[in-house]
Amino acid sequence: MSQPFSPDPALIRGMTQRRLGRRDALRLTGLAAFGTALSACGVKGTGQSTQSAPPPDAVAKYWAGKTSTGTLNFANWPLYMDPKQPELKKFTAATGVKVNYQEVIQEMGPWFAKVQPQLAAGQSIGYDLMVITNGIQFKQFVDSGFLAPLDHSKLPNYVANADKAYSNEAFDKGNVYTVPWTSGMTGIAYDPKKVSRPITKLADLWDPAFKGKVGMFSDTQELGNFGMMAAGIKPGESTPDDWRKAADKLKEQKSAGMVRNYYDQSYIDALGKGEVWITQAWSGDVFQKNVSDGTDFKFVIPQEGGTLWTDNFAIPVTAQNPLDAIKLIDFFYEVENAATLAEYINFVCPVPAAQEQIKKDAAKLSGDDKAAMEAVAVSPLVFPAPTDYANLHYYRDFKTVAEQQEYQSIFEPIVLA
Amino acid sequence: MSSTRRVLAPYLQILPGGLWLLLFFVIPMVTMLSLSLQEGDIVSGYVFTGHWQTYVDAITNYRVQLVRSLIYGAITTIVLIVVAFPVAYWIAFYGGRRKPTYLFLLLLPFFVSFVLRTISWRQILTDEGMLLGPLKQIGLLPETFHILGTPAAVIGGLVYNFVPFMVLPIYVALERIDPRVVEAARDLYADPATAFRKVIFPLALPGVFAGVLMTFVPASSDYVNSAVLGSSTTTMIGQVIQSQYLVSSNYPTASALSFTLMAVLLIGVFAYAKALGTEDVMKVAAR
Repeated sequence: MSQPFSPDPALIRGMTQRRLGRRDALRLTGLAAFGTALSACGVKGTGQSTQSAPPPDAVAKYWAGKTSTGTLNFANWPLYMDPKQPELKKFTAATGVKVNYQEVIQEMGPWFAKVQPQLAAGQSIGYDLMVITNGIQFKQFVDSGFLAPLDHSKLPNYVANADKAYSNEAFDKGNVYTVPWTSGMTGIAYDPKKVSRPITKLADLWDPAFKGKVGMFSDTQELGNFGMMAAGIKPGESTPDDWRKAADKLKEQKSAGMVRNYYDQSYIDALGKGEVWITQAWSGDVFQKNVSDGTDFKFVIPQEGGTLWTDNFAIPVTAQNPLDAIKLIDFFYEVENAATLAEYINFVCPVPAAQEQIKKDAAKLSGDDKAAMEAVAVSPLVFPAPTDYANLHYYRDFKTVAEQQEYQSIFEPIVLA
Repeated sequence: MSSTRRVLAPYLQILPGGLWLLLFFVIPMVTMLSLSLQEGDIVSGYVFTGHWQTYVDAITNYRVQLVRSLIYGAITTIVLIVVAFPVAYWIAFYGGRRKPTYLFLLLLPFFVSFVLRTISWRQILTDEGMLLGPLKQIGLLPETFHILGTPAAVIGGLVYNFVPFMVLPIYVALERIDPRVVEAARDLYADPATAFRKVIFPLALPGVFAGVLMTFVPASSDYVNSAVLGSSTTTMIGQVIQSQYLVSSNYPTASALSFTLMAVLLIGVFAYAKALGTEDVMKVAAR
């Protein structure tokens, strides 16, 4: 300490040489900060993939201590219930739980993108119940651990009345996370005023007679499925090579100028306005369109096959009120409620006994109303016979994200050219 | 004391604007840049890896849409100048005391949502709609004739949706021209065309410049018009970005495309500013 101050020669050299100016320092720290900022903003996932079934105590763990709050927020697709919501009113009258019903789901992709950040952060998405379709995003919901495991002891009507076939669907075997809201088929719809001969097969979508008047779906799974079936491939068992074959088939259709456009839900409007004459279509839509607009469009399941999909009830893990959500799910499995819903939406009803109920309901009516309801009761689109299923294919269930991305990269360029 | 203040003053003065830029421009841009350099998937999350290859892949895969967007944006802008100039001219010079009314009428449709207005065009232009339906029925047009789904429909929609953003700046520039300047030109034996070419148009140019800035960028990156009025052969880059973000949850590719689009547009705008001189624009902006 008492030593006289003798500066290190290196220090003097340093002092006489050009030092980093304040500006440089700012620039450097700025760059470093920029770099840190760049790597800091990641997109949160769950960091895990829960592909296997949940542990056996998951159900008990989730449902323990859940209480009712008296309000229920339900997110569904548009046109999926009578706008007067008779079933929900009945539910409120019976249980005292107010249901806030919102038709906020338009497409699965955007819906997943919207709720993903909140679910990944463990926050409520504002809904206790939602209806999600089997497909790419369904798997993403399950793999991310975003769905509450269902307590089947709270679903007595479902256990008693649901068609047993639904517990075997590949995307959720044993209904661990979901039970069906309704199912439907993808086939071909056409306007008999424009198309003079009956349409029976997928090949008709490739017929030059309908050049520029064919509608296809923009959803890559729906589009890919038709490409595969047209090439004689079963979508459920397809391989990446099959996808490429199907894509070639679809590109051929596109480059020949057959396809007017690749549509989302708007295809039915395009059919109504003569924009397309023949189009990929969902079963119930065509039925509803004919009833509401007095049109006479035909819906067919082509010889090569159609696809079968299921829209499912699911409870997000962060739901504020899962108890009443599961109560509402079960409510829709009471035969009368399943029947009135099917009477209105005309999609495949998951409760077989509803068919008799609809016939009973029809008997109470008269005239056109009676005829219309009797038609619903015997419609193969609402209650398909076992033979009808023979020609219906399931979606490909993607095992890994890489597989799904490969699929997407094969079919997406057809829609977005 | 006063010297400290003198040193600090400029920094304090840029503080509000700087904060604004930081919050609404720098932070989102850094977030987007970061996203574009990440790898992963939506289930396990995306992690920053500095993966520049995404840019190469995205641009290679979607160059068609990128180029198409710029072309559509450019055509839209040119058509807008041609359409908007006479309107602005008429209001500025012949509008009289009704000028505010005309401007209000011009803006009136734009109180309705952008998407709704575009969908209305879809209803009007559809194959058997109010426009084409009757013409087809009397046999003036072949059954397969259509407007929807063509580039013309998309560009038409863009032009319609951006009209006020071109008319208003040109109107402002024209409005400020002193009528005596035009009179002087006429006194010096300039015929109306020459007076327009040598006096009015150059004075209106800053307005045109501002209009181009306000329409070219949003028109090139728009995705509503191509989605609603177009088909799979008129896809614009905005639609691809939307699809990558919302349908495929492929955030890196979507961000890389957004960033590329922004860079291309900025370079274009700067080149244009260089050619035309930014001084006039700044003057107009400052007024």
